Amino acid sequence: MLNTVIGLLNYAVLCGTAYLFATLGEIITQRSGIMNLGLEGMVMFGAVCTAIVTTLTGSVLAGTVAGMLGGALLAALHAFICIRLKASQVASGLALTILGLGMANFLGKQFKLVGNSMPVTYENIKIPLLGDIPVVGEILFNQNLLVYIGYILVIVLTVFLFKTKAGMRLRAVGENPAAADAAGINVFGIQYGYTIFGGALAGLSGVYFVLALQKSFQSNISGGAGWLAVALVIFALWRPSLALVGSFMFGLIVSFQVRLSDFGLQNIPPEFIKMIPYIATIVVLILISGKVRRSAGGPAALGVPYDREER
Amino acid sequence: MKKLTVFALVAVLLVSVFAFSACQQNPSTEPELKVGIVCIGSKDDKGYTYAHARGMEYAESCFNGRVKVYYRDNVDDGDPAATTAAIESLIKDDGCTLIFTNSFGFMESTEKAANDYPNVKFMHCSGYKSNDTNFGNYFGRAYQARYLSGIAAGMATKSNKIGYVAAKQLTECYRGINAFTLGVLSVNPDAKVYVKWTDTWYDPTVEKQAAIALLDGGCDVIAQHQDTTEPGNAAKERGAFSCGYNSPMKDANPDNYLTGPVFNWGYFYKDQIQAVLNGTWKVTTGWYGYESKFDTAGNTTYANGTGYVVGLDEFGDKVSAETRTKIQEVMNKMIAGEFDVFAGPIYDNAGTLRVEEGKVMSDGDMLNTEFTWLVQGASDGSIE
Repeated sequence: MLNTVIGLLNYAVLCGTAYLFATLGEIITQRSGIMNLGLEGMVMFGAVCTAIVTTLTGSVLAGTVAGMLGGALLAALHAFICIRLKASQVASGLALTILGLGMANFLGKQFKLVGNSMPVTYENIKIPLLGDIPVVGEILFNQNLLVYIGYILVIVLTVFLFKTKAGMRLRAVGENPAAADAAGINVFGIQYGYTIFGGALAGLSGVYFVLALQKSFQSNISGGAGWLAVALVIFALWRPSLALVGSFMFGLIVSFQVRLSDFGLQNIPPEFIKMIPYIATIVVLILISGKVRRSAGGPAALGVPYDREER
Repeated sequence: MKKLTVFALVAVLLVSVFAFSACQQNPSTEPELKVGIVCIGSKDDKGYTYAHARGMEYAESCFNGRVKVYYRDNVDDGDPAATTAAIESLIKDDGCTLIFTNSFGFMESTEKAANDYPNVKFMHCSGYKSNDTNFGNYFGRAYQARYLSGIAAGMATKSNKIGYVAAKQLTECYRGINAFTLGVLSVNPDAKVYVKWTDTWYDPTVEKQAAIALLDGGCDVIAQHQDTTEPGNAAKERGAFSCGYNSPMKDANPDNYLTGPVFNWGYFYKDQIQAVLNGTWKVTTGWYGYESKFDTAGNTTYANGTGYVVGLDEFGDKVSAETRTKIQEVMNKMIAGEFDVFAGPIYDNAGTLRVEEGKVMSDGDMLNTEFTWLVQGASDGSIE
């Protein structure tokens, strides 16, 4: 039984990390006031870039860089449309989702990648000492390198957002771009930079699917992870630490769904399990609506194009 | 500056549109028959839709340009509007007059289209609806090949625990699991088959996770009723044996692949197209197995599948000569029409007698939506 529980949680962390990177990226992007609903497209485009480059070069590093660049490239397009042309962020995001998915599935076919396992992948590395802790070590510290990078990224981004000057500038832009502008902060520069950064992290989710989780490329391999990440940003109240908790919880749901029978719970309909992430998101949305939103909710200027000449 | 950028963007778009349209040159001669197929997966998913697409390519190649095939792949079978749009686009944009739809979930939309377009012929795969004029259905008796792959699994397992990743709790999946289990038990009465339901035909992550959960429980063979190669990928990571489904899946687990039921749709599609060209096409509702041979020319895609809609994939390297002989023996009986997979006595896993001694399940019994019980030896509970 203990082993079953350890297996369940180990895979919750493994699956959850796929959502973590995209969620962290979107948190940073939204903190700058830009809403990027194109995550799903960026995850998929990152995945196909990774699969192509890894197959051609046989290098995990090259594949990882390619995936992140792919995500960043689409995000740069989003930034241009939203910041420069001041077009609707929702429309651009949805368009990029469709574009990213379409391009990924198209390129996957062109390069005959669908169904292929990758020649090299991220293998499990047990961390000395930490990995020897009973139960916890097995769950958290016997994973692949990207999972550890995920842990570190959560800490780094938390410190960055709440303890550094640059993080404060970023939050200021998302809360009140006009005031930030008046204070001499480069609003557009910050929005461009963090939207592209967020796209690169969404691309890293794609990398993770191809090189760490599935270790292969399939059409629609992300299976809606980008959309889950958008929900997770709200669930996490725009905080990297809660994003970690939320991602692992969503990962637990995937892991739990296929292990129901190991706990003698095969009579629970799988449809019900699949609903849980979305019900949880709606509950959080209800909880943070109204007055609470000011303190716990998202950036005040989220989704509103900033125009210097408007008052 | 802003205007200039927008202008440049529009120019780039226009150029690319013209560049792409230049590629789509009209063929020199208009084909006699345009055939459309609506697919749930990707043409290149190396699984279910892949098998249909290869079949279509084979059929198309048999008619020297007289026939052209149009595809609509990655169509969501849970979305009736998308299905209808795909069908209508095949009719209106491409001029198809014979249309196949390849997933169970397309059934209602195909039926509706058959009513709306009486001059177009529709064939739906894996469903049960039809009409008298222009709407039929077809599928393969995959359960026969399932039984054979069960023999391979039963002889390969050392832990006597065999994992089976299955999609939906529908008759089609129960039939497959039960046939597979009966095959396993015919050579290894001590083995048990453990089932994990994914509740999806296509989800790479969930399919792989289900296989890993089975491997964690001590299974050393993984069989699947899923559309991707992910269960096989999971088996590869753990050095376990795997049985594929739909298309040859040896690439997913090159060292430890056993075999798997594969579809050879080419023969069937060729037959259908030929009938339309001859003007002899009529509505058929067929369930094709080892008894029905379509193509005797021997133009085969898979070694063990010559001429049959459902066959068995080539064996993996580790399948013993003894296993191969045993499988061939049973397959020969199936071809001769002398072997029934679901022949009594058959008990379900709660111990109830479901098929009496001396009786066999009829096609109606096997397709019955109540056929949602597991045979003795198969379990979707916890792994013991």
